[in-house]
Amino acid sequence: MAWVNAIIQGVLVGGLYALFACGLSLMFGVMKVVNLAHGDLAVVAGYLAIGVITVIHIPVLWSFVIVVPLMAVLGYVLQRTILQGALDRSVLTTLMVTFGLSVVIENGLLQFFTANSRAIGTGLALVTGSFTLGSQIQIGYLPLLIFVVAVVVLLGLQYFLSRSKYGRLIRAVADDKEAAQLAGADYRHVFGIAAAIAFGTVALAGIAYGMYSQLSPTTGTDTILLFAFAAVVIGGLGSLWGTLLGGVVLGVAQQIGAQISFSDEVLAGFIVFLAVLVLRPQGLISRGAQP
Amino acid sequence: MSLATKTTARPAEGFRVTRGRRNVAWTGLVALIVVVVLALFPYIVYSGTTAILVQAFIVLTLASMWNLLAGYAGLVSVGQQVFVGLGAYFVLIIAINGTSPFAALPVAVIGCGVAALPLWWLVSRLRSGYFAIATWVLAATVMLIIEKFSSIGGGTGMALPGFAGMDPALLTAYTYWAGLAVTVVALATIYLLLRGRLGLVLTAIRDDEVAARSSGARVWLARMLVFVVAGAGCGAAGAVLAISQLQVQPSAVFSVQWTAEMAFATIIGGLGTIEGPIIGTAVFMVLQQTLASYNAWYLIILGLVAIFVALFARRGLWGLVDERINVRLFPVGYWLRVDEARPRRLARLRRG
Repeated sequence: MAWVNAIIQGVLVGGLYALFACGLSLMFGVMKVVNLAHGDLAVVAGYLAIGVITVIHIPVLWSFVIVVPLMAVLGYVLQRTILQGALDRSVLTTLMVTFGLSVVIENGLLQFFTANSRAIGTGLALVTGSFTLGSQIQIGYLPLLIFVVAVVVLLGLQYFLSRSKYGRLIRAVADDKEAAQLAGADYRHVFGIAAAIAFGTVALAGIAYGMYSQLSPTTGTDTILLFAFAAVVIGGLGSLWGTLLGGVVLGVAQQIGAQISFSDEVLAGFIVFLAVLVLRPQGLISRGAQP
Repeated sequence: MSLATKTTARPAEGFRVTRGRRNVAWTGLVALIVVVVLALFPYIVYSGTTAILVQAFIVLTLASMWNLLAGYAGLVSVGQQVFVGLGAYFVLIIAINGTSPFAALPVAVIGCGVAALPLWWLVSRLRSGYFAIATWVLAATVMLIIEKFSSIGGGTGMALPGFAGMDPALLTAYTYWAGLAVTVVALATIYLLLRGRLGLVLTAIRDDEVAARSSGARVWLARMLVFVVAGAGCGAAGAVLAISQLQVQPSAVFSVQWTAEMAFATIIGGLGTIEGPIIGTAVFMVLQQTLASYNAWYLIILGLVAIFVALFARRGLWGLVDERINVRLFPVGYWLRVDEARPRRLARLRRG
């Protein structure tokens, strides 16, 4: 029964990992930017939420309403300035610039907010409560809620990209930005919008992680970025369903690892990641796209 | 190298191929003098100074290796700390078994070079950005595995044995010489590799990978070789780190901060030149020493400068010097020199 429990908890936390991954995946899919500062930006969003909650005393869930649009605007601005500038030079430059951003943000947080980890204190019954299935399986409302939100976000993004008019524009620009430009689309603006969406999901992920666990300046890289990346590779590049599956596989692997030995949680996830990299480098759900 | 002899053997056509625009033969002599003077430092300066220089040697070795990866082979690795950590642990393991840590240094270098092969096999499936994060995951994974062995200190690490009863002054001097030797060998290896066939292949790949591949350049072999050399070099730096710190702690030796330092020093100094990392390391050390009492501020400032340089001065500080006086201290490219009655026109065949 403990194993079934581990798998269920793994699936639930997998939703969170898919949420981490979808911004990374979207930025790579559209702009071909691998944003190494991805995780640190999620931590920034989490810290912003903590700040907003303590300063203006709003209910925790309302912090999303403020922080997510704020991060989306930041995403648009960052894409139109630094990231586009780096893209115009070379892929190598985008990596160096985003790595620089990552180190600057992480050490900046360390300077201003110390290395202490902090949680987004909720105090809501919704967040601390849980219900029991059978005799041993306890499902927290919060992990379940995060999982549902992740699925809704991924579904919404999938629908938006494949069905809506703007989604088509984004896909057109992703396929061939010069041709889209000739057809009258301002690709820089479209890139900015895509970055705004990606940063919105990053903000969601950061705040959700702050409620689920604790945030510290190093969480951004050693947890969020690496788990997001593992989920993307396990699931298969270029497929949002693959990302969800990748997140779930990673979550289940970690929970099973934790069952074997408490300290093996993270390692088990990475070993599954490496196994997929060796045995099926195109990911579990492949669209034929090679990284 | 046959290209030089072939082309210089045809003076009738009115051009020569040389290694540098100016005669830089004297730089070999200067380099020798600099190394000899540096080698005498333990006799003439305080041990505090040599300790700082050991740090500089570590950063310079790391930066030169990162420059080889990113500047010449186009491989942006943000997981090079895996080799720093492995190098340190090789020294620790050998020292635990009763051998001198200094004797362990060459073993650590070879061990890291060998360890680079399976790691390369894993990450070489991914390109550019995903390659970068994959190396990072790999570094985290290797650290988690090493932390499982309590005989080498587990998660907390342990002090480096093997120096009991050694005169501290002598230990400081030996550490310094080990650091100097590692740096000189690392720079010489990179210089010779880039002057040779590998340098040509890497330049061809950088200019046009498809064309290089179709001309018969073994692209994968060149990249693998670079990864292995960089792994061995970063391992050497890690070994020196372990000896100079006298302890090995997993979260410290496997910290991504090492990659941040090597990348920033390289980018600021100038990516894709051997001189760049040297200047970058000097800038790095000056900033780090001035801001030593302000914790991580030196990394924040270096990061911001590196972002600025990557965007607006892509050839770094050395690029600025080079544009003015056009000199290569370590010429690895070729210049086409046209000997005509007209004012000498120079075409740059390849940037060193």
